[in-house]
Amino acid sequence: MIAVQHISKSFLGKEVLHDINTTFQPGQCSLIIGASGSGKTVLLKTIVGLHSPDSGDVIFDQVVFNRLKLSEQKKIRQRIGMLFQGSALFDFATVEENIRFPMDFFTDWSNGEKKDRVDFCLKRVHLENAHKKYPAELSGGMQKRVGIARAIALNPQYLFCDEPNSGLDPLTAIHIDELIAEITQEYNITTIINTHDMNSVLEIGDQISFIHQGRIKWEGSRREIFHTNCPELNEFVFTSNLAKQLKTKTDIQL
Amino acid sequence: MFKRAFELTGEYILLMQRVFRKPEKWSLFGKQLILEADKLVMQSIPLIALISIFIGAVIVMQTALNLVSPLIPKMYVGYMARESLILEFCSTMVCLILAGKIGSNIASEIGSMRITEQIDAMEMMGVNSANYLILPKVVATTLLNPFLMLMSFILGLAGGWLIVYTTGIIPVADYMTGLQFWFLGHYITYSIIKTAVFSFIITTVASFYGYTATGGSLGVGRSSTQSIVTSSALILVFNLILTQLLLR
Repeated sequence: MIAVQHISKSFLGKEVLHDINTTFQPGQCSLIIGASGSGKTVLLKTIVGLHSPDSGDVIFDQVVFNRLKLSEQKKIRQRIGMLFQGSALFDFATVEENIRFPMDFFTDWSNGEKKDRVDFCLKRVHLENAHKKYPAELSGGMQKRVGIARAIALNPQYLFCDEPNSGLDPLTAIHIDELIAEITQEYNITTIINTHDMNSVLEIGDQISFIHQGRIKWEGSRREIFHTNCPELNEFVFTSNLAKQLKTKTDIQL
Repeated sequence: MFKRAFELTGEYILLMQRVFRKPEKWSLFGKQLILEADKLVMQSIPLIALISIFIGAVIVMQTALNLVSPLIPKMYVGYMARESLILEFCSTMVCLILAGKIGSNIASEIGSMRITEQIDAMEMMGVNSANYLILPKVVATTLLNPFLMLMSFILGLAGGWLIVYTTGIIPVADYMTGLQFWFLGHYITYSIIKTAVFSFIITTVASFYGYTATGGSLGVGRSSTQSIVTSSALILVFNLILTQLLLR
């Protein structure tokens, strides 16, 4: 479980996150949704320690992560997998080398064991024959899959995904969502996903936190999201005229 | 402006503190060291060789054309070409050229990794990205660029010999005598030290600007330009300081 307690963060005097409190449960896909610039990515990067919070704590299974020394944080980081918005695959390395990268650093596995693990991870994301390809040779969807394969290389307990569907067509986006949801349940991972894709919300959102201007305005499940009275959330979810008509005319069941 | 300079110096020192740590795994460091040595040093050989041969030839021609007095022996052409090459061209000028070639390469490579979140991905895994990406570059260039300087020196002298041999501007025997005349081995040491220090400056400054790049592809371009300008200026300043320290 990951708990976020009273997190605030400012950049150059501008407050981006204000007193954020929430928890994320294992085995669930927890979604952080919100408009562009609402503070989603800053929140995610603060949780994983790429930004340090101005105040508040991030707690990974009873351990206050942000107060640990760098060397102690490293041990927790090795249990974290992260899929970045642009995949962040290493340009200088092949797909196989990308997935091997964390194994080379943090395990004493033999080459055979590493190869088996790479094969397993690539098979898990349905990319069995991509070992020798470079990231530039892959489509956006394939890059995301390799990003997921790299994220799960060391059997993480926590998985973070920053806008996993950005730049993908709707069908590929749904495949990526399904893959993340399957992996989350299969390995009982605590998964946190940043998104503003409503398809993801409806498909895999076990727990949803809506963030608006740096504050959590609403939390609930995908079943509850259509019946909320939060005006900012309604504005975010029912942006198009079609969606507004659906809200008034249809009783949506999920 | 001074405040910004102090801030940049502080940020540079903080980054260097992260760079000069024990590598996570020596085998990975060794692998990166070989790759960087090839990319930054070996691949600079053709450019440095070409420039050295031509500059050596031009120095000899210009010196010969200006030493018209019958009272000055022709062997001084070889002597002056040798001193010009070893004291200034092969260390300072070659490093200014390398500041452009490898400085921009390093700044744009690390800058691109920064803006595409590849560095964040490494940090996320618990890898000291500064140590992994920058230390092999610094070690490779600081240790191996002095050999590049020596190669430049030999090829510069060879370029001079070539022009003497083909044009007969002075007798070849006089040129060879001049090359051997009053040779001070300390000048080689002086030049090696200068090249090592300048290489350290080029690599760390370029890495610093790349590592702190912001603002997309424009930011990467800006970091590349800033790294060349800053490292060139620092090379000139340290040239003065090292000459004062080592040649007095």
